[in-house]
Amino acid sequence: MSALPIPFLVLSFITILCALYVVTSKNPVHSVLALIVAFFSISAHYVLLNAQFLAIVNLMVYAGAIMVLFLFVLMLLNLGKAAEPIKSNAWALASAISAGSLLLILTAAFQKSGEQVYRNPSETVGLVKNLGKVLFGEYLIPFELTGALFIGAMVGAVLLGKRDSGDHESSALAEEKGASS
Amino acid sequence: MDAALLIEKSVFVLILTAITLGMAAYMTYGERKIAAFFQDRIGPDRAGPFGVLQPLADAGKLFFKEELIPKNSERWMFILGPGLAMVTACITSAVIPWGDTLPIGDRLVSLQVADINIGVLYIVGIVSIGVYGIMIGGWASNNKYSLFGAIRASAQMISYELSMGLALIAVIMMSGTLSLKEIVEQQQGLNWNIWYQPLGFIIFFTCALAECNRAPFDMAECETELIGGYNVEYSSMKLGFYLFAEYINMFVSSALMATVYLGGYNFPGLDLIANPTLLAVAQIAVMFAKVIFFIFVFMWIRWTLPRFRYDQLMHLGWKGLIPLAIVNMLLTGAVMLFLA
Repeated sequence: MSALPIPFLVLSFITILCALYVVTSKNPVHSVLALIVAFFSISAHYVLLNAQFLAIVNLMVYAGAIMVLFLFVLMLLNLGKAAEPIKSNAWALASAISAGSLLLILTAAFQKSGEQVYRNPSETVGLVKNLGKVLFGEYLIPFELTGALFIGAMVGAVLLGKRDSGDHESSALAEEKGASS
Repeated sequence: MDAALLIEKSVFVLILTAITLGMAAYMTYGERKIAAFFQDRIGPDRAGPFGVLQPLADAGKLFFKEELIPKNSERWMFILGPGLAMVTACITSAVIPWGDTLPIGDRLVSLQVADINIGVLYIVGIVSIGVYGIMIGGWASNNKYSLFGAIRASAQMISYELSMGLALIAVIMMSGTLSLKEIVEQQQGLNWNIWYQPLGFIIFFTCALAECNRAPFDMAECETELIGGYNVEYSSMKLGFYLFAEYINMFVSSALMATVYLGGYNFPGLDLIANPTLLAVAQIAVMFAKVIFFIFVFMWIRWTLPRFRYDQLMHLGWKGLIPLAIVNMLLTGAVMLFLA
């Protein structure tokens, strides 16, 4: 086994370090920032594999959109040490099991594809054109189904988050009554 | 990669950064002069003839001001905020083509830092990351006003990013490429995208105003409500970085609008110039003329329109611009389908 390319090693080092910091940091905002750096280095990995589209979409969706929302919620809640709920060991066990099975699956996938993917990345697979053709040709139905699933989830979230107008009025009335009595 | 290319690109990046910073500095001067004109005043006129040295004086002042880091702030994040804002503002210009090629000796130097085939996506990606500078700075200050300012700014930027992306999709559908260079090349002469995408252009322009946190969308630094917004606690050059980043963002988004909608470096009659060096210079001049025009419009709007209310801003973003952008996208698709 010959030595792996240096950019890959450096990036992997950064990724793993940041990922560890995400888990070990006591400050949730620091965790989120470390996670953002980790996403950046993962995007750089995609670039090394010639998957430019995947790289930039990873940045836009994860580093750009999802992490902003995470940061938003954390800043609004302003979590300190006092606010941290005491978790039982069952939580730790459950997360260890789920993370462990994810690791297993990823290792298996890597075993199957082999490290050849890393050493000789395909020149064309990751380009927008080819990816688009595959997504809208061969995998059209799964792609559209995923889209429908997302819309469904979105509408569901809006419905759950929306209070009934009648409910809102009655609670306001109740507050007024409480204030006057 | 050969060494000559590396040197060429490094020099070009240095020049581009210097020009961007210089433009940003003189945009502050332009802003004050234009504001003065709109308000029937003279404006800065003490430093140098017509006050042209004012930006240098301002920068010097900012450097020598006392630097305060609030005691209860998150020290490193407080420092990180303005740096991030500056970096994300500067790196966007990497994919914008400022001209075709400039012959130096027997080399053809491309007047674009990186012609990547996902240029448009790169821009959208960096714009979505640009929120972090403001957000981290506002949060780390540990001040309720700056937190409000930061949250307003980021909510606004996230909301307007969507319609901006949707407006861009219509252009991408028409041109069939994500490379900004190819988009420009398709707009030869007066064949500009704005004639085909007038609605998309208006949507994009509005979003650009909101993304730069410019009036009438400058809720993030609404003085009457928030003292100064996300940068209340900042002083010295850190404040300068935030203010500078705003102007750089304005410069880059003007360049982007010129590239995507106004034909970039194309202008009718430019093909008649035979001398390649002269042609490159003319192209750069045309590009900068368009950019400066947009910057002027930005300032014109700022000193003419009053500020929106925050709920009006969100209504406009989510209930006005996004449906409009989707309709624009569908119309473009339908027209392409039936006319092609």
